[in-house]
Amino acid sequence: MTPSIEAVGLTKRFGAFTALDHLNLKVDGAKCVGFLGPNGAGKTTTLKMFTDLIFPSEGEAFINGISVQKDRKRALEVCGDLIESPEIYPSLTPREAFQMSGALRGMRSDEVASRTKIVLEEVKMTEWADQKFGSFSKGMKQRVNIAAALLSDPEVVILDEPSTGLDPRGMAEVRTIVRGLKKGHRLIFMSSHILSEVIDVCDEVALLDRGKLLFADSLSNVTQRLGGGVRAVEAEFASPLDETVLAAQIGTFPEVAAWSRTDAQRITLQVKGGLVEQARLLEKIAAMRLGLLSFRESRSALEEVYLREISVGDA
Amino acid sequence: MSATPTFAPADGAPPADDGTLGTVPSTISQALILSRYQFRDYLRSRRFILMMGIVLAAGAILTTVVAYYRPAGLIDNADDLYGGLWAGGAGVVIVFAGIIFGGDAIAGEFQNKTGYFLMGLPIKRTTVYAGKYLATLAASIVSLVVYLIIVTGNAVYYLGLNAFSVPGPLIESFAITLLYLLALLGFVFLFSSLFKTSAYAVLVVAVLFLFGFSIIQEVVLNLAHTEPWFLLSYVNGINAYPLTGVPAHVQTVRNPFTRATSTAYNPTYLEGILVMAGYWLLTTIGGLLSFEREEFT
Repeated sequence: MTPSIEAVGLTKRFGAFTALDHLNLKVDGAKCVGFLGPNGAGKTTTLKMFTDLIFPSEGEAFINGISVQKDRKRALEVCGDLIESPEIYPSLTPREAFQMSGALRGMRSDEVASRTKIVLEEVKMTEWADQKFGSFSKGMKQRVNIAAALLSDPEVVILDEPSTGLDPRGMAEVRTIVRGLKKGHRLIFMSSHILSEVIDVCDEVALLDRGKLLFADSLSNVTQRLGGGVRAVEAEFASPLDETVLAAQIGTFPEVAAWSRTDAQRITLQVKGGLVEQARLLEKIAAMRLGLLSFRESRSALEEVYLREISVGDA
Repeated sequence: MSATPTFAPADGAPPADDGTLGTVPSTISQALILSRYQFRDYLRSRRFILMMGIVLAAGAILTTVVAYYRPAGLIDNADDLYGGLWAGGAGVVIVFAGIIFGGDAIAGEFQNKTGYFLMGLPIKRTTVYAGKYLATLAASIVSLVVYLIIVTGNAVYYLGLNAFSVPGPLIESFAITLLYLLALLGFVFLFSSLFKTSAYAVLVVAVLFLFGFSIIQEVVLNLAHTEPWFLLSYVNGINAYPLTGVPAHVQTVRNPFTRATSTAYNPTYLEGILVMAGYWLLTTIGGLLSFEREEFT
């Protein structure tokens, strides 16, 4: 079965305040989707309704076609989730907590044991497997929580800002973990306001602001469509580039709408068209034998789109 | 955006596994699994040490007082000894166990965020409630058993082997005490599910059971001159009946100093059992409904 999550008219009101306003969103297939938005946009509210922690004022949330509101037990069966840095009973160890969680999911004890080993290794917490959870730091707890979400090798993974509380190394490790998860046949729906994280690991993005969905599409489509048909690409070279090479050769390629120098060895190119044009431009630059080290979509492209869309909302 | 955007499936992502491991167990199995781990958490917690401290202190005080005064009516036979020491003290042990183990059982899930871990699993809220109830029940029973061992120790000291001469009535008394425990925990869980802050839940439960019900009982008796049959604290004394016999339902009591007479009530067996069962049923339904509607905001 293709993993999927779907929000149908999902609305949440807290008194007069509407935290989420008729969200209609369907995501299916094996991929990673970034759920973006500023603080208070309604990201966590949405994820909490997908995991039945709060109840919709209107609408319904579905996981693999099963209504979370009508049958939470079946709907969450295929789902691993991490919402708002949960706590495990303080006197239990991660291994015991995973035994409980695994048993509640119906996993055999040998499955639990082997998966516990794998997921704790993944989050670099193996040596803490038999220490009490209550004695852990915030970052360690978050690592264990991520491992707990992955214990059952779920088809659908819902992560609410998984990097929260982690140091830079931990944040990088989370990105590696999520990238690793993408190799399986699973759908990852991850809220974040760290754009670099989303660009690094997500295939698609959905942007939420003030409870309303602004757009949802693949990362490259978003940056192209909302970037006026032009994608920003960063290219890095092994040695400093000659200005004349840039102006006279690279700048004149028909795929390049504009270019700018980031520093001596890096340039940002505004590329017209889609992925085909990007690939053609890459081949051309590589053929020039300038010592091309990397060629990838600019991290700032999504940021520009993000800020522009949010500011439209503000206006 | 009002339309439903649909993402195309990722290209070339081959299935790496056959989905989620395992089949989710039945509601009852899940409740038992959860209660086992919750009980383990209780056993390792400071609150368990505190509860054992209270039971041991109560046992020590009781043992000292009996040893010092040696009340003839109490230490002459097993019925009276268990009727006096066990039946009376068990109610107090239960109240403390309810407050210490159950006061924040549900409220703590919200305040301590342990609920975010549990409720993300494929488990019904009712199951979480039941699992925690069972764990609290088990921890409270451990406290009761420890108290019973202390009382039995006293009985053996004063009566020798005669201490074991009343197994039937003692088991009956223990069963009624368990019914009282079920009802009290139902009440405690109801309050715990009404609050999202553990301290409020514990405070309200403690005030109600340590003072509130006694005050209401006195008011109903002395001002309204009515039998307070509807109070849980009023009926808890029926656990002594199997050992000491059933007293008259209504008694006229004469004050030895003022010579004024007043009416005293003793709950009947049936009255006590029905009230306890009623409290258990109604508070459990109320607590479940409350927990089903509470949001993890």
